[in-house]
Amino acid sequence: MLEIKNLHVKLEEEGKEILKGVNLTIGAGEVHAIMGPNGSGKSTTSYVLAGREGYEVTEGSATLDGVDILGMEPEERAAAGLFLAFQYPVEIPGVGNMTFLRTAVNAQRKARGEEELSAADFLKEVRAKAKTLNIDADMLKRPVNVGFSGGEKKRNEILQMAMLEPKMCILDETDSGLDVDAMKLVSEGVNALRSEGRSFLVITHYQRLLDHIKPDVVHILANGRIVKTGGPELALEVENNGYADILAEVE
Amino acid sequence: MALPKIKADATEARLSALTLPSGAEWATKARKEALARVAAMGIPARRDEYWRFTNPADLTAPTAPKAAVFESGEAPTFAGVDALKVVFVDGVFDAEASDDLSMEGVEISRLASATQQDIHWAKDVYGVLENRGQTPVERPLAALNTAFATDGLVIRVTGHAPRPIAITYLHKEETSDANLHHVIKLEEGAEFTLLEAGPAAARFNKVTEVDIADTASFHHVRTQGRDHERRAVTGLFARLGTESKFKSFTLTANGILTRNEVVLELTGDDAIAHVAGACVGDGKDFHHDDTVFITHDAVNCESRQVFKKVLRNGAVGVFQGKILVKAGAQKTDGYQISQGLLLDDDSQFLAKPELEIYADDVACSHGSTVGAIDETALFYLRSRGVPEKAAKNLLTLAFLAEAVQEIEDEGLAEEVLARMSEWLDRHN
Ligand SMILES: Nc1ncnc2c1ncn2[C@@H]1O[C@H](COP(=O)(O)OP(=O)(O)O)[C@@H](O)[C@H]1O
Ligand SMILES: [Mg+2]
Repeated sequence: MLEIKNLHVKLEEEGKEILKGVNLTIGAGEVHAIMGPNGSGKSTTSYVLAGREGYEVTEGSATLDGVDILGMEPEERAAAGLFLAFQYPVEIPGVGNMTFLRTAVNAQRKARGEEELSAADFLKEVRAKAKTLNIDADMLKRPVNVGFSGGEKKRNEILQMAMLEPKMCILDETDSGLDVDAMKLVSEGVNALRSEGRSFLVITHYQRLLDHIKPDVVHILANGRIVKTGGPELALEVENNGYADILAEVE
Repeated sequence: MALPKIKADATEARLSALTLPSGAEWATKARKEALARVAAMGIPARRDEYWRFTNPADLTAPTAPKAAVFESGEAPTFAGVDALKVVFVDGVFDAEASDDLSMEGVEISRLASATQQDIHWAKDVYGVLENRGQTPVERPLAALNTAFATDGLVIRVTGHAPRPIAITYLHKEETSDANLHHVIKLEEGAEFTLLEAGPAAARFNKVTEVDIADTASFHHVRTQGRDHERRAVTGLFARLGTESKFKSFTLTANGILTRNEVVLELTGDDAIAHVAGACVGDGKDFHHDDTVFITHDAVNCESRQVFKKVLRNGAVGVFQGKILVKAGAQKTDGYQISQGLLLDDDSQFLAKPELEIYADDVACSHGSTVGAIDETALFYLRSRGVPEKAAKNLLTLAFLAEAVQEIEDEGLAEEVLARMSEWLDRHN
């Protein structure tokens, strides 16, 4: 599904190298987790994959189902099935959440040569999906993320994911700012989307989320490199001993 | 005080190209007084305080600069609204294209005929509100209009008008120079909506005086047409009585020069005045100026100004907005926001927000911002699959929407938004 090879990335403005040769292969239907200390390059990885400006790929490649994505526009990556749930979802004053969702769904359909969803069908689907995430009608009407609590923003990200039905989902610290109940809701939302054809890259600082979304593989990212890869037990190791031990062991 | 020679000469040159229309005694008196005001003030020049950002030369030249006629190929805005339709072509009333000037609870006639009548209610308003609006800031082009306006509508509303009046201004002559003047009087408790659409002429000078009695409400929505080369100066003068309401929204797209002045006087307690504008301009020939002056002279009134300008390829937007709170106008709630969205580095937004307050128990605020498209929001939208251009348009429309929200009627607001959206699609 997603294959990242020897990815080197530096900040365009400062020239500072953030990713120093990341290798990662995620098969169809798999759930991988990336854990790592603050500043290790987790968000950078997700942004580079999604196509945010400001980063320069100096070496390496990233492909989705064998197709290079690094040369694509962000919207082309989205239409190809890539989705990033942002660590900090963006507020867009003046654009209604519903309008935003419908524009996005139909833009992707159009890009894929599919017919646009009718207003009625869209409404039905969004209401049903919003309900399972405990998102009320008011949240759907309000401008995108404006005045949403931290938890509401994260649930809204999952709603977008559910509506867009991507095949490669990247979740950047979706657990941050969530209380126990919200974490459960979000995890259930994610788990409901798990399927053979859909893969997940779950970025998290803590093991907590991985109790709910069980990963197949866990990677530790430190200082721009994946320094260790293992099974779910690796997350527990981090939880119990922190990153220091693992990093020391790798050194 | 004698005018500087340059100004006196320019004024003389402008006035010599015009003749006072003849009419009944009261009309002639009002016109002569207005003419005297122009002669005393002189026509505007770049050095005048409120003309520093906008060059009035094209508006004051003895003859109108040429403006190519533009065929948009689309129906005028509000053509689909159930309204009494009135059409002016290059400033000339088109009886064929207009509906009968009759509506329940509304007296409507043409200025050209009202000014011939010896006794007419319009004499208490014509030139009167314009004259009140000359202090403390002079508006010579409005006085010029009062002196020389050839036609317009004279509307008196005594009840709830069953339908809006929709005026369409067509521009068909390359050198047309139109002076229209409307007088609107809302009697106590009356309700009325005025819709206006279209460019009107190569050069258009329009004054609208609106006298709003106690508890009456006036709604106004206008679009100024898409002709690229037209010039326009408009003056909207209103006086608000107790518990009355004034709501005005203007959409401007294209045009070489547009100066929209709004002068409001809140003279009765608990009155509400909202004035909003949105403009979209593309190219260095686009210059758009909103100049607003709101005087609070009563207790517990609310005024709100919301102006948004989207500018690209060297377009220039100007906002000059003032709230004056007179001594005794306690509990005034005054709000003003003006914002420019620059789609490139060549465009400019110039703002002069002013507050002058002589009462101590008031809540007034103003803000002015200028910026570009929010890159973070743009990326967020694109990451969800929305193509770059569509995403930019969505954000631009969202920026403009705050001004459009000032339109109470949802159908009218939707039509305005649709026009904006189409414009953005064309100018992408
Ligand atoms: N746009 C940026 N400008 C400046 N520094 C940045 C930017 N993006 C990332 N960085 C830096 O790159 C490093 C990695 O950041 P990030 O990918 O956000 O880490 P993580 O998500 O693992 O906490 C940090 O040192 C951070 O300060
Ligand atoms: Mg991060």
